[in-house]
Amino acid sequence: MTSTTTSHGEPGIEEVSHESAVTGRQLRRQAGAAVRVLLVLTVLCGVLYPAAIWGVSRLPGLYANAEGSVLPSGGSSLIGIDPVAADPAADPWFHTRPSASAPDDAVAGLGPADATTSGGSNLGAAAEDLGTAVEERRAAIAARDGVDPATIPPDALTASGSGLDPQISPAYAAQQVPRVVRVTGLPEDRVRALVADATDGRTLGVLGEPRVDVPELNASLVTAAIGIR
Amino acid sequence: MAGLLQVLVLLVLLAAAWRPLGDWMARVYTDEQDWAVERVLYRLVRVDPRSEQRASTYAVAILAFSFAGIVLLYLMQRLQSLLPWSFDRGPVEAGIAFNTAISFVTNTNWQSYVPETTLGHAVQMAGLTVQNFVSAAVGMAVAVALVRGFVRSRTDRLGNAWVDIVRGCTRILLPIAAVAAVALIATGVIMSLRAGVDVIGVDGRPSTIALAPTASQESIKELGTNGGGILNANSAHPFENPNPVSNLLEIFLLLVIPVSLTRTFGRMVGSMRQGVSLLAVMAGLWTAMLAVIWTAEARSASFAGANLEGKEVRFGIPASALWANSTTGTSTGAVNSMHDSFSAFGGGGALLNMLFSEMTPGGVGTGLYSILVVAIVAVFLAGLMVGRTPEYLGKRLGRREVTCAVVVVLTMPALVLLGTGLAIALPATAEAMTNSGPHGLSEVMYAYASASNNNGSAFGGLTVTSGFFQTTLGIAMLLGRFLPIVAVLALAGLLARQPRVAPSSGTLSTGTPLFSVLVAGTIVLVAAITFLPALALSPLAEGLA
Repeated sequence: MTSTTTSHGEPGIEEVSHESAVTGRQLRRQAGAAVRVLLVLTVLCGVLYPAAIWGVSRLPGLYANAEGSVLPSGGSSLIGIDPVAADPAADPWFHTRPSASAPDDAVAGLGPADATTSGGSNLGAAAEDLGTAVEERRAAIAARDGVDPATIPPDALTASGSGLDPQISPAYAAQQVPRVVRVTGLPEDRVRALVADATDGRTLGVLGEPRVDVPELNASLVTAAIGIR
Repeated sequence: MAGLLQVLVLLVLLAAAWRPLGDWMARVYTDEQDWAVERVLYRLVRVDPRSEQRASTYAVAILAFSFAGIVLLYLMQRLQSLLPWSFDRGPVEAGIAFNTAISFVTNTNWQSYVPETTLGHAVQMAGLTVQNFVSAAVGMAVAVALVRGFVRSRTDRLGNAWVDIVRGCTRILLPIAAVAAVALIATGVIMSLRAGVDVIGVDGRPSTIALAPTASQESIKELGTNGGGILNANSAHPFENPNPVSNLLEIFLLLVIPVSLTRTFGRMVGSMRQGVSLLAVMAGLWTAMLAVIWTAEARSASFAGANLEGKEVRFGIPASALWANSTTGTSTGAVNSMHDSFSAFGGGGALLNMLFSEMTPGGVGTGLYSILVVAIVAVFLAGLMVGRTPEYLGKRLGRREVTCAVVVVLTMPALVLLGTGLAIALPATAEAMTNSGPHGLSEVMYAYASASNNNGSAFGGLTVTSGFFQTTLGIAMLLGRFLPIVAVLALAGLLARQPRVAPSSGTLSTGTPLFSVLVAGTIVLVAAITFLPALALSPLAEGLA
């Protein structure tokens, strides 16, 4: 790069010649420019930009979100990690959906997910293995909640895409209410009110699906029934 | 009903953005002035922003830039222990690093690794995020170069690749991505430099939740139709996509540039009808495929009564189908539900979107140049059928122009069919599948369609960590990206050199509804001719069984 420079840098990255083939000199020039542009854009898009967004995320209204929406009572309001009942007969918790990242000894993905990673089962909708897993889950959940296996809602029987889905359908929450009432000794109306508090309808009436947030619900259960732990 | 209204809200937002963003992008690529920050940048890299390049030089610049990107990204992964925020995640294994470097530089973002346990934050930010930006900027640059080929006459100059790439970043991608990233944090998306947070659950059990600098990458991941998740579950992960609002915003982001580029095109060629006729093709096919995927998913009972395996409760079937259709109709490949667990026709619909060569509405830039190439083929076919002069936008389509177009059109099918055939012939492939039978074949075909189209979504059940898959999928991504780019730039050069011809009575009228039908028909016809036999053995066989 020895030619004269102007305020805009070196003139003529492009030769003014009329031959259409790319010459070795042009190749070297473009290669040099490629490396320089890449490095400059790495600083701009890969250092300055994320640093700026991170800086903004330190602002009070955003900070809690940026660091994972961790609840004061434990866990994250966005990540569902299924609580484990010490005694299946004395299980005071609302449970999240099965997870593909739950340890192998848990029945077909029932039990706590591994939140250090994420993912789904990737079983096809018609795969035999999925059929087996669903039936295992159906039997285990029916026994746990004391309900007719045929009435269990679909979200209770299927593993989510993330394996960390914190939410369940209102139907699955309703199915768990009687057990929670029995074990915690709280009045049924009280538990139903807690479920209602943790329920979100469709946003603006149209976006997404109605859902019950389990981490939030279990946290409010702990407050309502001190000592269930 | 609510599901339909949700689609309507999305369409209203896109319609509102179409005019201002499309016009803005046209100004960006025709502006004679540089921004102050750009002047500093050009001085640093010693590029004269006023000089213009021929097609061959433009192509060399794009190829050299992409090659440099692959080398840098490979080295960063291999040397990640030396970088900050690597959390002892160690050097990335060579095969994965090779595949990942190609994957992100080609705008594919196919992932054969678990991000939250493999990559540190430095590689994510200074490596992957950068390619999220620049691979999108490259796509737009090539599209704009092709449009200039139509606009200009009697010149061998297509513009300056460096200026087009830089402006794509500074004037389009960075501003929108920054605003969107902050909006995403407000909805609950994380932006943390920590490796994870230790929490105690309500039952007293301790666990660790992975964290990452997500929001800054999430916004450009969608906006640049990249799709590579910073967390393994991608946009199904509550930290990447916490609720229906973030979900709508992310779908909007991944569609907004490809859709608005039709207006940019119309503005640059001086006839908005031409842009609208292509937008109509995109919108028509997008709507039809949404109906296919949504209906298939809604009707599938699977084993549980509704096909919610691999789907999140907050999105349900409608928002999952809407996302799947949009991510495979663009070159995004991000997922908010696991496509492998879709029903036969639902997953088949996602596959078919890619086999249409992704132009409904296609990737950032790639969608526009792909559909322009099909428009050229359509004009040529119509010329053969009804004896019209093959002209498009005042340029004659001769043997060389059509040859370039056909190379673009046939590259992807060749890669998909050869790759799938080769993989299926190997005994080891059966063991790599999670599912067997027709669905297993779908997994393999989906992988090669995703790689060759630079989509990046996956039927995740296929284990692709073997040397065979890492290598062949890497090659499919490379050829699927750069063969068409070189052919498109050659085509742009040929067009720019021609004088403009005035339309005659023998010219096929483009920019009309009839022309839209003709282009859509060509897209469907090419896909049907090339892929029907293979599809009959995979999703069709599974769905009709």
